Amino acid sequence: MKLTVNGTEIDIDVEPDMPLLWVLRDMLGLTGTKYGCGAAQCGACTVHVDGVAMQSCQLPVGDVAGPITTIEGLGTPDAPHPVQAAWIEHQVAQCGYCQSGQIMTAAALLAETPAPTDDQIKDALWGNLCRCGTYPRIQAAVKTAAQKMQEG
Amino acid sequence: MGKGAKIARRTFLLGTATVAGGFAVGWYSLEQPYAFPLADELPRAITPLTAYVLVDARGVTLITPRAEMGQGATSVQAALLAEELDVAWDEIRTDPGPPAPAYYNAAIVAEGMPFAATDDGWQAGVARGFGKTVSKLMGLQITGGSSTVPDAYDRLRQAGATARAMLVAAAANRLGVAEDQLTTRAGAVVAPDGTALPYTELAPYARRVPRPRNVALKDPADWRLLGKPMQRLDIVAKSTGTARYGIDEWAKGMLHATVRTNPRRGGELNGFDASTAEAMRGVVKVVPLPGGAGVIADNTWRAMQAAQAIEFDWGPAAHPATTQALFDSIAGAFTDDAQDSRLKDDGDVEQALAQGADITAEYRVPFLAHAPLEPMTAFAWLTDRGLEIRAGTQIPRFAIDTAAELTGLPKDRIVLSALPMGGSFGRRLEDDFIAQAVLLARVVPGRPVKMTWTREEDMTHDFPRPAAIARGQGRVEGGRVAALDLSIAAPSVSASQMGRLGLNPLGADTAIVNGAWDQPLAIPHYRVTGYRAPETVPVSSWRSVGASGNAFFHECLLDELIHAAGADPLEERLRQCTHAPSRAVLEAVGEMSNWGSPLPEGAARGLAFCLSFGVPCAEVVEVRQTPRGLRIARAFAAADVGRVLDPVNIENQMHGGVIWGLGHAIGAALTYADGRPEQENFDTYPAMRITECPEIMVRALETGDTVRGIGEPTVPPAAPALANAIFAATGQRIRQMPLDREVRFA
Repeated sequence: MKLTVNGTEIDIDVEPDMPLLWVLRDMLGLTGTKYGCGAAQCGACTVHVDGVAMQSCQLPVGDVAGPITTIEGLGTPDAPHPVQAAWIEHQVAQCGYCQSGQIMTAAALLAETPAPTDDQIKDALWGNLCRCGTYPRIQAAVKTAAQKMQEG
Repeated sequence: MGKGAKIARRTFLLGTATVAGGFAVGWYSLEQPYAFPLADELPRAITPLTAYVLVDARGVTLITPRAEMGQGATSVQAALLAEELDVAWDEIRTDPGPPAPAYYNAAIVAEGMPFAATDDGWQAGVARGFGKTVSKLMGLQITGGSSTVPDAYDRLRQAGATARAMLVAAAANRLGVAEDQLTTRAGAVVAPDGTALPYTELAPYARRVPRPRNVALKDPADWRLLGKPMQRLDIVAKSTGTARYGIDEWAKGMLHATVRTNPRRGGELNGFDASTAEAMRGVVKVVPLPGGAGVIADNTWRAMQAAQAIEFDWGPAAHPATTQALFDSIAGAFTDDAQDSRLKDDGDVEQALAQGADITAEYRVPFLAHAPLEPMTAFAWLTDRGLEIRAGTQIPRFAIDTAAELTGLPKDRIVLSALPMGGSFGRRLEDDFIAQAVLLARVVPGRPVKMTWTREEDMTHDFPRPAAIARGQGRVEGGRVAALDLSIAAPSVSASQMGRLGLNPLGADTAIVNGAWDQPLAIPHYRVTGYRAPETVPVSSWRSVGASGNAFFHECLLDELIHAAGADPLEERLRQCTHAPSRAVLEAVGEMSNWGSPLPEGAARGLAFCLSFGVPCAEVVEVRQTPRGLRIARAFAAADVGRVLDPVNIENQMHGGVIWGLGHAIGAALTYADGRPEQENFDTYPAMRITECPEIMVRALETGDTVRGIGEPTVPPAAPALANAIFAATGQRIRQMPLDREVRFA
């Protein structure tokens, strides 16, 4: 089976019903994408497939049609994506476990809706659970990222 | 450790009656420092200057004995050290180091003492000193109880100042100048002529300098790091997917595993059929475990699929099978025989209430799961050399004890690396999942194994916050609250949890009444009684422990009485308040929320206060009725931590505590049927989502004279402030959580 992950084409031997999450984590070593619930309830496993935010724990790898971007492919510590830079600036994370998923969802939102309203931000991030309660900072960081991205 | 330590290891004495005994057991060794855990094992290139400070050619490494679970422990520990040692903030490295008795937590036992945090009398002082002694003798290396900051505040600043003094002395020797001619800056000792001698070069010489004791600490007015916003050390990693948690652990040749055990806690395993599972792709081994089985495979998902395919024959739970029966067992504990404590008994409540009660009410709170987003996970690797464990844990030394018992290995052949946790909230004060990983590793010697629980396993095998019932009565006179009598029945968290750690707590369990008995109020007739319900479901500490439910009981009953008296909730609380920092937080939250000012039709405010973990915290919640239901519009919280070390982290923790408190109050409960929790995932055990999150304003005050931790104290007032706001908006008194059973939220 062929997949394109973070710009690299990969050929793997895997049953098509394995969720993409576990292919990424256990077979490709891309552990930035997290397991939280396995039931599309928490969003910790969010990645982009063809630019669309998807919960990889419920996405059979055989159904993936399009290039995959994970948190590792969005940006790096040395060259963070504007959303990641805003997350750092606002010091959003506490335990940080949900933040890869939050960031991937936010990045997909801003790619589609460059200047979201407060309600649009909330609606987009509804599916991303944070048990530590970083929501106020997430909200602020998305606004900062939107502004920075519009300024170019 | 000497004989005294052995005595203390098994008898954890925490009652008023046993304080005097504490002197006999422990005082003699309080001044005896532990040896450095790493002193004999480190390569020559690394110099240990104190138990916390290592220096090598690359710079300074801080050993952080308290674990990182999101609360910012790593950064605050580093800041305390860096402030005194004068190293650049972004150059300090941290390492949890080896679990060791030297890293005992002196502050953790304080919350269990039967003295209110506001009590500064000699008996309270003696008890707190005794708590430190017990902790030291037992080498209690525990992260929890909002105690990291209170414990580390002096100790790590002292470690930094000590190491700095040794480096300065070494530089003075080498340069032939007096120590007072030297200064320190950014990881170097600076000579009068401006020559900088890096710590990295001085460390080997500093090691030979006698270690000074009780070095003077900086005046807080001279702090360059503490008290100012600083970038968390882990923030870049946590924003780029590069932070590594227990679940991300990896080693060459590693196998993946998961487990399924009886969700009916304490129930037998009668047998299982793994024939289908064993034949599934990737499965290496199915391993019988206490209460169930584990599957070792080449991939986590394959292990989970195979575990799902095992047919188990499980026996019934060892506890009552239904929510109703569990609550009946708690309700049955309101008896003289089951009375556990009466730590508050002012005036004459019996006589005051003999004239008739104005309010009589019963309140209930449910069992609650911790459900950190990273499920329980542990890595174990058994080789000829010994056992290596890598896991997120709040109790590393207990986990090593457990592993030693399971493997028969001496403890010095067990290495445990404490990893950052994807949340914990008290869950990883247990080592059950580490034990399972060790048992799995035992059947594949030489191969590393990483075990990961499914969310379903996690939710059904938690040690939850216990359910509790409170019965309250009160009387008002002349527009004031004259009498308040609160009786609380709950299973003992302390007995359940410490029992699993092999400890035997004696005396009252203050967790049954904390957050209620210890409030700084001068109600003329005021009594709080704790009743110990039988242990049914095994329970444990859940963010803010007893206060999490007790504040709901106390503050809702008080609110009912204040309304019955026709008084204002803020004014009446201020009038009754006997503690200056508590008054200050009440006044602050009143100002922040513009208490008393008119609100639009259908909107209302509720107030609650709770002093827990030494921190007074007042919160106001503002609700609005909307066509879709009740909306939590805004929340305000003011808390006094004595001294703000990192304003950004405090704000973050206060937000988190309010959200934790409100989110669970709205809709979370573990309910039981057929002996097992009915909730298995976040669809039925909801947490607050961003769409429900109100605007939150917080303020950290510094009125108090003792530095405190803020991880927990903002949780308790949130639920009662919400319930009191609902009453103010609708006239409906909800006396049972979760609140969404009786009101619809938007």
